[in-house]
Amino acid sequence: MPAIDVSKVSAIDAIIEKYHGRKSALIQILLDVQKENRWLPREYLRHIGEKLSVPLPRIYQIATFYKAFSLTARGRHVVTVCMGTACHVRGAPTLLDRISEKLNVRPSMTASDGRFTLLTVNCMGCCALGPVMAIDETYYSNPSDSQIEEILGHYA
Amino acid sequence: MLEKDRSLEKLKTPEDLETARRVEINRTKGKTVLSLCSGTGCRANASQLVYEALSAELAKASCASRVILKRTGCHGFCEKGPILIIHPSDVCYLNVKPSDAAEIISKTVVNNEVISRLLWTKGRMTAQKHGDIPFYKHQTRFLLADNALLDPASPCDYIALGGYNALCKALTSMTPEGVVAEIKKSGLRGRGGGGFPTGVKWETTRGAEGAVKYVVVNGDEGDPGAYMDRSILEGSPHSVLEGLIIGGYAIGAHEGFFYIRQEYPLALENICRAIDQAETLGLLGKNILGSGFDFSVSVHQGAGAFVSGESSALLSAIEGRVGEPRLKYIRMSESGLWGKPTALNNVETWANVPLIVKNGADWFNAIGTSESKGTKIFSLVGKVENTGLVEVAMGATLRTIIDDIGGGIKDGKKFKAIQTGGPSGGCIPEAYLDTPVDFDSLTKIGSMMGSGGIIVMDEDSCMVDVARYFVEFLKEESCGKCMPCREGISEMTLILNRIVMGQGKPGDLDFLRDIGVLLSEASLCGLGSSAANPVLSTLQHFKHEYEAHIIHKTCDARVCKALTAYYIDPDKCGKCGLCAKRCKAHAIEGERKGPYRVVQNLCVKCDACFNACPAKFRAVRKISPASAVPE
Repeated sequence: MPAIDVSKVSAIDAIIEKYHGRKSALIQILLDVQKENRWLPREYLRHIGEKLSVPLPRIYQIATFYKAFSLTARGRHVVTVCMGTACHVRGAPTLLDRISEKLNVRPSMTASDGRFTLLTVNCMGCCALGPVMAIDETYYSNPSDSQIEEILGHYA
Repeated sequence: MLEKDRSLEKLKTPEDLETARRVEINRTKGKTVLSLCSGTGCRANASQLVYEALSAELAKASCASRVILKRTGCHGFCEKGPILIIHPSDVCYLNVKPSDAAEIISKTVVNNEVISRLLWTKGRMTAQKHGDIPFYKHQTRFLLADNALLDPASPCDYIALGGYNALCKALTSMTPEGVVAEIKKSGLRGRGGGGFPTGVKWETTRGAEGAVKYVVVNGDEGDPGAYMDRSILEGSPHSVLEGLIIGGYAIGAHEGFFYIRQEYPLALENICRAIDQAETLGLLGKNILGSGFDFSVSVHQGAGAFVSGESSALLSAIEGRVGEPRLKYIRMSESGLWGKPTALNNVETWANVPLIVKNGADWFNAIGTSESKGTKIFSLVGKVENTGLVEVAMGATLRTIIDDIGGGIKDGKKFKAIQTGGPSGGCIPEAYLDTPVDFDSLTKIGSMMGSGGIIVMDEDSCMVDVARYFVEFLKEESCGKCMPCREGISEMTLILNRIVMGQGKPGDLDFLRDIGVLLSEASLCGLGSSAANPVLSTLQHFKHEYEAHIIHKTCDARVCKALTAYYIDPDKCGKCGLCAKRCKAHAIEGERKGPYRVVQNLCVKCDACFNACPAKFRAVRKISPASAVPE
């Protein structure tokens, strides 16, 4: 297993320090680390486990149970398609198919060039705009095929 | 003047709070206030750009000193966002664009001239004032009222509206037992869906053994299509916080927790800010308002798991463990967080607390029905004209919510059903639309109130597909701890997927019913025991659709792809060739001059031709059963 580089170690340690090294803050620590790094490499989890004295299997139990965590590398941008009920009845499945085809990547996968990861969520709470797609933190309401192409062009 | 962070000074006594309130009221006296909705929905509709444009125009205008521009929480009428309400005239502008800013300032703010194109209109009807728009007129807004008035980043705004007066009243003139009694008397029931009397829960927690107790806000609003809690957390964070502090005082807890789902970044930001501000103001911490009561609050961010909204799972998550439910023979109120007595309530429940303490139990008691008191917020979504947040007194009928407030079905389509109660709720057909909405009436007709999502479906929704959608959702979200839920839901998914694929068998419906009964009797937590509701309620009210799928291989809504075929009507085809151009599967053949034709065995049913066909032709049709396509 590759060693973590020193700057990453200090960043992780700073996060752990923010929560005073409390074991009960494990989920919050993982969320913060994931926010900085976009995903959770194995060596990071091992390091967090050692610092908090939490066995690695327990960290994996949490990292695999909750949907927010990714144990594989994510793309530079995350495309999210809302599959909530309101979006579902307004045609979200078709929108997902179209986006998936444009990106040439299946849901929950990352494109081979590392540009986009395609995810689905169960409600973003902007049901008036449904069906909704979001790229990183920007929302787009029911984009047409040509709009999808144009929007994706803005993200390098 | 633009809203700026004003320095916050510690409020040491009730008199300090009252002074702060008067100072704030005087500061805004006689000024025009522009409240721009900046909830998540309106943000997605570029309300930030509208804000910048209005700020820039104001900076240039001579009237700047008598105008306050505010970014507020959700105004509720999400369909028409971004929304701008101008106080005190109450003029309401909808679908505001950055390019409208100059005119709004020069005409409406400076000259009191109303811009008619930004007003609400429908046919020949029009409304200038926010309260005259039918969407708002038929609502009873107590919890959401403040959203259009206050900047969630400003505690002074909240204080000016009488915020923290309830806390002050509780701490200075009521005993903890008195607060519990007041809540009990008010008849407030849990808004997360359970409907358990809040006062009874508090009383048990207060009476439970042990010196350390906790109060917790359940902000894990996981039901798809429901966003009322998020709007309260985002728009009026201090009201929830105030409710929590009062709750802490009442049950004898000195520590509180907010659990907020990770999908709500703005809610998290606003709550964290509100907590910091309350600490600075001395409304959290030691000796609050000189009363001797100490209280502190922490925030736990969820990490994405529907089952975490279940009370015991949520507490496990706060403890840093996997959010799995546990058997509830021991109640949370006796042994909850870290084994201590814990009162866990939903966001909306907590937000009701200051209102009850401030106005009294009798005031609250007068609203609603005999068994369900107060108001309830619903998120009205789906195929309805006015998507948005609706707050009505308990007992309002579904028809009022959908027709009077919601404006009926979108695009003149025919109503089919509404789904309430989230993934574990049920579908209700038209015959029951006069049912009053309260905890008990909806349960009687096979659905439930749940946390308050109302999803409207029209003739284009297939009820078998909807049932399949919910069951698939629950299959993904089941934690897998207990067997009936894990295996039962999987089996239901298999059967429903088979039916929508046109491979349903005659015994399937009985089998679905049997699994449903088993799930409700043998599951560990609410997720499993209610998981069959979408199937059982659609079987009860829409059995004919299941039978059409199984026996006749027909999907009347033409949603189920395996049972639907695409067909180009040669008499209507305009021969433009757009459909063939858009078809990725090369399944459309035809000469430029002749009508086009779908080659059925190549068609992937992607809808591209259906959407491509110009409205003047409408030649592409979906036909079910697929075998009915003309040669």
